Amino acid sequence: MTDAPKNVVYCGVCTFPPEYCEFGASLPRCQKWLEANHPDLFTALYSVGGNVVAGEKGALDELDSDSKKLAKAIGKEEAKLKRVQEKKASTMIVIKRIERTKKKRVTSVLNLEVFDVELKKAAKQFASRFACGSSVSKNNQNLEEIVIQGDVSEEVKAYILQTWKTIPEKNIQLIEEKKKKKPEEEV
Amino acid sequence: MFKKVHPKEDIASQSQVKSSVQRNIRTKLLDQMPELEKHLDELMPKKAALTVVKLREHISLVVVNGEVLFFNHFDEAYYPTLKLLHKYPALLPKLQVDRGAIRFVLSGANIMCPGLTSPGARMDVSLPEGRVVAIMAEGKEHALAVGITKMSTDDIRQVNKGHGVDTIHYLGDQLWKSLFE
Repeated sequence: MTDAPKNVVYCGVCTFPPEYCEFGASLPRCQKWLEANHPDLFTALYSVGGNVVAGEKGALDELDSDSKKLAKAIGKEEAKLKRVQEKKASTMIVIKRIERTKKKRVTSVLNLEVFDVELKKAAKQFASRFACGSSVSKNNQNLEEIVIQGDVSEEVKAYILQTWKTIPEKNIQLIEEKKKKKPEEEV
Repeated sequence: MFKKVHPKEDIASQSQVKSSVQRNIRTKLLDQMPELEKHLDELMPKKAALTVVKLREHISLVVVNGEVLFFNHFDEAYYPTLKLLHKYPALLPKLQVDRGAIRFVLSGANIMCPGLTSPGARMDVSLPEGRVVAIMAEGKEHALAVGITKMSTDDIRQVNKGHGVDTIHYLGDQLWKSLFE
């Protein structure tokens, strides 16, 4: 065989070499990706005999029951994807400023995990960015949130937008939470 | 093997190994895969730091420059990762399974003899049991799994029943996914 390493293209969606995409549930997306990124490979793989979906020549008959199963899996995957996207669109990242004592505040960040952010890592990043304590903890609704010591809500917002580009700005909400049962106003 | 063990989460220890251990690993690799000789210096420059990452269940990974190249179980044979195998397809002897088997192998099934003896499959080499092999597939260019033979190829042909090759590492398992993170 040749000495030089072979360059293998991997699908950007399912990470398989494109010829194996047809066995994954994300096939339609894989096809789109391949068409956009490697059009030559796309035509080589998928346009045999005019049948774009199931690819290989002659193997169609034996695949019949398989392809039904696959179609089902594809449907499921699509639905799942849609759900995730809807959830992403509808959830708000809530940045809350919470008053601890009169002058001390903490900032809590909710719902980051919906946008595929690893909370633990994010907390660490916040800690080093803002030079303060920051940790993941469960709040009283049993949801995971990141608690940052100090009032950094504006900065957190800017930092989130800058670090995770997939998060749209309109999905971030700033809230201030003051201590209740205190008749006098904030000093 | 990588169905349950996650290479990022189940790390037991991680250390740069000393040069003697490194030498051991090299000779072992070369013993097993003579084809590797041409590429070894390129893959593991003698000066580069070699890290051995130990996982749960006695799996260890050989990592060079942050890239997982090989792994093994206990002190047995080394397996190349699929990504490496795709780059250097000549590393391992190849067995080819028929098209119907691909789906199952991709979900981690071991390879049954009939999948290796049917018309779409090929066994061009004669191998004893316990050899590391690349699993190719009918009509495909690249390997889809790495396995170890449970019977010699002759037996596979004759008996034609039961597990022929144990699948160790396949496209889409945890190790494969971790290669892309």
